[in-house]
Amino acid sequence: MIEISNLSKMFTLHNQGSAVIPVMQGAALSVASGECVALTGASGAGKSTLMRMIYGNYLAASGRIMVGDVDVATAEPRDILALRRYTLGYVSQFLRVVPRVPTRDVVAEPLLAVGEDRETALARAEDLLRRLNIPEALWALSPTTFSGGEQQRVNIARGFAHVYPAMLLDEPTASLDAINRETVLSLIEEAKARGAAIVGIFHDEAARARVCDREIDVSAFTPRGAA
Amino acid sequence: MTPLLQVRDVARFYGSRVGCRDVSFDLYPGEVMGIVGESGSGKSTLLNCLAGQLAPDAGEVLFDTRTDGLRDTLRMSEPERRMLGRTDWAFVHQHARDGLRMGVSAGGNVGERLMAVGGRHYGEIRGAAIDWLGRVEIPEDRIDDRPTAFSGGMQQRLQIARNLVTGPRLVFMDEPTGGLDVSVQARLLDLLRGLVREMGLSAIIVTHDLAVVRLLADRLMVMKDGHVVETGLTDQVLDDPQHAYTQLLVSSVLQV
Amino acid sequence: MSDYNFAYLDEQTKRMIRRAILKGLAIPGYQVPFASREMPMPYGWGTGGVQVSAATLTPEDTLKVIDQGADDTTNAVSIRKFFEKTAGVATTEETARASVIQTRHRIPEETLREDQILVYQVPIPEPLRFLEPRETETRKMHSLEEYGLMHVKLYEDISQHGAIATSYAYPVKVEGRYVMDPSPIPKFDNPKMEMAAIQLFGAGREQRIYALPPYCKVVSLDFEDYPFEASKADHPCDLCAAEDSYLDEVIVDDAGGRMFVCSDTDFCRARRAAGHTGAQGVPHKEGTT
Repeated sequence: MIEISNLSKMFTLHNQGSAVIPVMQGAALSVASGECVALTGASGAGKSTLMRMIYGNYLAASGRIMVGDVDVATAEPRDILALRRYTLGYVSQFLRVVPRVPTRDVVAEPLLAVGEDRETALARAEDLLRRLNIPEALWALSPTTFSGGEQQRVNIARGFAHVYPAMLLDEPTASLDAINRETVLSLIEEAKARGAAIVGIFHDEAARARVCDREIDVSAFTPRGAA
Repeated sequence: MTPLLQVRDVARFYGSRVGCRDVSFDLYPGEVMGIVGESGSGKSTLLNCLAGQLAPDAGEVLFDTRTDGLRDTLRMSEPERRMLGRTDWAFVHQHARDGLRMGVSAGGNVGERLMAVGGRHYGEIRGAAIDWLGRVEIPEDRIDDRPTAFSGGMQQRLQIARNLVTGPRLVFMDEPTGGLDVSVQARLLDLLRGLVREMGLSAIIVTHDLAVVRLLADRLMVMKDGHVVETGLTDQVLDDPQHAYTQLLVSSVLQV
Repeated sequence: MSDYNFAYLDEQTKRMIRRAILKGLAIPGYQVPFASREMPMPYGWGTGGVQVSAATLTPEDTLKVIDQGADDTTNAVSIRKFFEKTAGVATTEETARASVIQTRHRIPEETLREDQILVYQVPIPEPLRFLEPRETETRKMHSLEEYGLMHVKLYEDISQHGAIATSYAYPVKVEGRYVMDPSPIPKFDNPKMEMAAIQLFGAGREQRIYALPPYCKVVSLDFEDYPFEASKADHPCDLCAAEDSYLDEVIVDDAGGRMFVCSDTDFCRARRAAGHTGAQGVPHKEGTT
């Protein structure tokens, strides 16, 4: 489902003396449907960078990033948008939403975007919010005022609303209590069971051991001579 | 899928000064494109050239019309272009007074486009006006009030209703949230997002507010001195800017 | 005869006005700009109509002048006298005998014929003016047939009054093309504009002439669910008992007493001469009105 080969990335800081910082070289990765692969490596090794490149959020310098039949490294913006809408989900560490939109609508939005009717979308959203223990009293409020842990759970609910064939998870269990952590892990297991290809970053070793089939150490892709 | 709008090498000069030049892009149905840049970067000049409000000195602006397929809007006759402006196109101005008739009631403002394309049934026109006021969250009992009695945010929502009532396919927006309180802005942005999704609208939004494009635009075009310096997915351009100017622009945003 | 050139204006000016009239007739409803002259009367007193009449009159014509339908009001009397003096033409108060009729705010009740010309005095020729103050923009709207705004005005009427409240200067569309201001005639007169006579409109201050050739199609704007209605006071004439003429309401005393009388004085006089008598009328005697 996800096939990455010979991927490299550098940052050019034009406003800081045009410093060129190579951050990745020769990255390769393959994730099959129903498989969960963990990215490991020390902080700053490029786990998040790689994940953002797969999502099209960072621009690749060279190489291929095949997700399904789309090469994210060279695709047109609208193809990447379609990929994100239908195929590739992403649960980031931070919730980014329009202020003043009710939590229920925030979670239902990915379903509405793929043409799901409003009633079904809201029902699915409520189901997920319930599973993630967001009190019903909060559903009609905007999540921007929620605590960090609540925001993270809303973010997860939103990420799992649509059944994506491929998913990127950035620290999905961080800052969660045991019960909610368990819920998130079972959501991941359910996604795997229905055939989703998953790439994740987990600092939580026990969680990683439970849901991940393989580990890839991204330090191997750090360019020689780089800091 | 064919693009709704194809822009080819559009240029506009003010004497020897460049307004904008060498601008080319395709916009597909349902896509929202943001154009950002500082004052004087040529973004408003470009928008006005695209929307037929200013004649470019060079280039083509091809629009996929409902009736005749692809047409160069710059070489259309004036009546054809103005007809397009009342049917398939919409233009939301930064200042509501530029886009509204301040001496005409809210219902009349919304109904005008319907009447301009031949609506001759008062009951139906009024029904459509009530429906649209509801969709932009203006209470029905304000339908016979003039926009002068409305707040800035309400005026802007009325302008949006007035523009969208004929079901356009392409909306041009010039700083649609400019001059509004942030709380009013947020509500307006959410409204626009919902309408874009429900109606499958394509839109071109000119703004200098990066937060606005992050929320509304799928794609981003960054302009400086009349040139396009960078294009791409909105979040990619904002999170991993490639051009020196874009990097400066992004790093200059105040963090809240 | 007097020392004036025939009908006051010099021949060059009359020729210029005739060209504008001909252009107007060729493009029914289109406002033709013309170089309006200073006339020996103030703007608002019919300078446009007078110039059109001057350019139209020939020595053989018989002129009738009415103001709000009446031949005996100040404005009508002075314009009639003006042409008696400067053109030496015959004048009349009888609609049927006139070949040129200059009017302010009315169309005579009697059906006009092909050999007659009706000249209107027009204060503001632009029907879009109150909605769009820019002349550049209204001209563009006319040339592109962008008349949605005209219906916005009618929409506003209905939303505020529950019906189209515009009762005079009611906009019309001519030959399916130009929207035209019929001058401030009551909307009761609108249907009469599809007539056998030539209709000429002169606006002196605004320097515009427009025209309707005979049998021109003139449609009053409306909505499907609020159709145009040519309304009048629901009352017969108190002098001549006419049921179908446009009426003026006249207050007759300080106690609120009132009567309705034909605004067309010649029409009323002729009916009374023919023996019709209204509720407050007295039988007609020769030599009185």
